[in-house]
Parts: sequence; C-alpha cells; structure tokens
Amino acid sequence: MDTVLNYTLITDTMMKIDFGGLDPSAPIKRNTDDWRDEILAAPSFALPTTADFDGFQKAAVQMVKPAKGTTTLAFIFKEGVMVAADSRASMGGYISSQSVKKIIEINPYMLGTMAGGAADCQFWHRNLGIKCRLHELANKRRISVAGASKLLANILYSYRGMGLSVGTMIAGWDEQGPGLYYVDSEGGRLKGTRFSVGSGSPYAYGVLDSGYRFDMSVEEAAELARRAIYHATFRDGASGGVASVYHVGPVGWKKLSGDDVGELHYKYYPVEPNVVEQEMAEVPIA
Amino acid sequence: MESVFGLVGKDFAIVAADTSAVHSILVHKTNEDKIMILDSHKLMGASGETGDRAQFTEYIQKNVALYQFRNGIPLTTAAAANFTRGELATALRKNPYMVNIILAGYDKETGPSLYFIDYIASLHKLDKAAFGYGSYFALSMMDRHYRQDMTVEEAIELVDKCIIEIRSRLVVAPPNFLIKIVDKDGAREYAWRESIKDAPVSAA
Repeated sequence: MDTVLNYTLITDTMMKIDFGGLDPSAPIKRNTDDWRDEILAAPSFALPTTADFDGFQKAAVQMVKPAKGTTTLAFIFKEGVMVAADSRASMGGYISSQSVKKIIEINPYMLGTMAGGAADCQFWHRNLGIKCRLHELANKRRISVAGASKLLANILYSYRGMGLSVGTMIAGWDEQGPGLYYVDSEGGRLKGTRFSVGSGSPYAYGVLDSGYRFDMSVEEAAELARRAIYHATFRDGASGGVASVYHVGPVGWKKLSGDDVGELHYKYYPVEPNVVEQEMAEVPIA
Repeated sequence: MESVFGLVGKDFAIVAADTSAVHSILVHKTNEDKIMILDSHKLMGASGETGDRAQFTEYIQKNVALYQFRNGIPLTTAAAANFTRGELATALRKNPYMVNIILAGYDKETGPSLYFIDYIASLHKLDKAAFGYGSYFALSMMDRHYRQDMTVEEAIELVDKCIIEIRSRLVVAPPNFLIKIVDKDGAREYAWRESIKDAPVSAA
C-alpha cells in the first residue's frame, strides 16, 4: 500500500523550481554580449544531486509504488463468497495508516479488494462502480461478476506498461451464483475459488489452504478468513491494523467483523506461563 | 514453469499444456486452460505473459469467427496461422505481445497440421513443437520417439512420457497438464493429467 504522501517525499529530495524569472519586477537582461551566461542563468529545473540519475529515478518510482504491502483474500464456499483484508498502509518502512478500507464496495452485490497502489485501486474501482451502474441502467439487470471483472481487466490491460500497480479480487453474487475473479495490472484475469493477494499472501494461503472446506458454514468461513489475515499480519511486517471480514450471499454483501489484530493475538496466541526448568539458587556455603 | 507442446499424428494433431497460473513464487491456480479452441477444427496453445496471452488469443479467435461470418467459409489452418503471424508482426514494432503459440488444426483437403509461432512473429510448419521450460525435455523426448504415422494411443503415450519427464526433471515443474486433440470430428478436450486437485470452479 502506498499513499500520495510519497510524492512530497520525492519532490523534497529534488530541488525547487525557480520561478524568479517570471516575476514582473525582475530586471530584463537584454543586449548582453555574454549570451552564454544568460542561457546558464535562465530559470530551469534543478536535477537531483546524484551522479546516477537512472538509479535515482528507479528508486523514486519504487518509493511511489512499493511492493504490494498488503494481505487480502477471498474464497467461494457453500454459502457464497468470503472476503477479508488487513488495513495497513505503508511507505517503505513507515506505517502511514492503520485504518485503510481495503475492501471496496462496488455495489450492494459486489466487492473489490485493494493491493498495490492505493490511488490506482481506489480510482479504478470507483470507475468500475460507475460502469457497473451504467450497465444496470442500460440493460435493466445487474452486471455479472465475470463481466465486471473483464471491464476492469480490459482497462488495466490498455494501460499496461505505463506504471499502474493493481492486484485485486472482484467478488460478488450474480445470476450464476457466487463469482470470484483475480485481476491485476499486468492484464491477468483468473477465475477461481480461492485467492490471496499481497505481500502477506503466502502466509494467508498457508492457513487458508489447510483449513478450507467447501461446505463450511458462514461462521466457520468467517473464522477461517479472519485467522488467515491474522497469521499473515503476524509474519508480514507490511500487513496489520484490523482484519475486516465481509460475506457476499444471495442478498448482497454484509460486513461481519473488523477486529484489531493486536486483540486477535491474545485470542489466537494466549500467553502461557513459562515452565521453570531449573531454579537458580545460592550455593550453600560449606 | 510454463510448458506447451504439440505434435501431428496420422490423422489428428495434439496440443498439451500445463495449467498453472503463476505469479513470482505463488501458484494462484492449477486449473487454468491455456489451450483455446479457436473454431470447430483449430486449437491454439499459448504461453507467455498472462495478460497478453488472454487478450491476444481472444482477439485472434474473434477475428477468425468474424471472417467466417463475413465470407461463409472458415479460414484454413494455414490461413489462420498466417493471419496470427501477421498480427504479431505488426504489433512487434509498436507494442509487442509476449506470446508464443502452437496452432494445430484439421482441414478436409490437407489433413492435420501444426504451426509454431513465437512472439517475434516467426512462423514454422512443424510435426512437433514445444515452448517454455518444459520444451527442453519435451523436444528431445519427441525427437527420439516421434513417428509420422502414430495412432492416437501412441501419441498420447508419447505426450504422457513428456509430462512425466517434465514433472520429474524440471525444478519448477507444474503439477497439472491438459491435453486437447483435433481431428476430422473437430477440436476437443482429450484428458487432464492432474497430480493435485483444485476445488471445482463453480458449484452453485
């Protein structure tokens, strides 16, 4: 997750643009013999103070769009789709927020998850929401999850290679029943029953794969999703905050819980009293 | 990693491909179909970047269908292969598609045929072809055991040999494979070779 705050961080390292030449009171230099001085003194952009400009630029891009420091997951089961995510936003090592809504409500029957660039995800999900509503008005029926995910995938594909960073799951309920798609900014779109996205996803998969059964109840599924997010936040430094859990059923989505992972830690990892193997004692004086 | 290969038999052609959708170290899916049925008698096995693969194969499929609608006759396998090559070649100097394609088809006049098209738009008509990391194993296996007059059973046995070799010798071997076949009766799925099961895609 990254935020717009990154931008100021970068511009600070570069030098400010000199607008002095635009000032009407500034003396207009004309008829100078030494034209070279004039060109050199002309207001211009200062370059970053580095010998390795390519390396600087690369590092700057990395700062604006860090790895997918997130854990999100979704899976289809008997009662619909369960969607869960953490809530941390980080900029490199700095935690910029502990209360980000990474599960985006596209419409009452469809949810999107957010991993990668926060702005890219937010903007294109809002854009998708608009397109879905327009489809609904034009066709008098709700868009399918397959259709909605393809709209998004096609948009992202058209911007491929231009620096978008999005890793999302579109989960919902349509005429076909529950639907789940993974869509990313490389243009990939996968239909599936179980996905996890973000830097914490390997940890979440570990818990999810071992505990998953298709015929779970809503309560069991919610507990599995919450646990998977918790365990991912425990091991992945870029994930944390609260574990939000949503369920999408035939009547639309419902938020089931939002628990601070710090509190969950006491529930899932109760502190056990240490067994003292050997007591230290004074050596008796002989 | 990705393995797509195919061969031509006596009166049929076979395309086999792995079914893994991979992102860096993660396997997102193990039942992804990478062999598109282009039209009633054509198969298109594709490897490469996920987005390009999906977009490009669908683009070709729709354009082949459009040709058939407009002219009332389907493209021959050779024509479809040349069209695909042309699209890759025009895209190559603008925004290249990173896809490698094995196109297999059956025509009444010419019988079964197989074309090898790579992302830099080279086109070859071959008896056997392979792409991806699996190709190193599949190619030598096919060089050794392939015959032009193979029956379906013999060809499937050879494909299974290739799959077993990839599974046992390739470090990052995909677990599951899909085999599709095309002959005078059309293009269709032949069999899955699964060593792990994904949950069924939709149950409701």
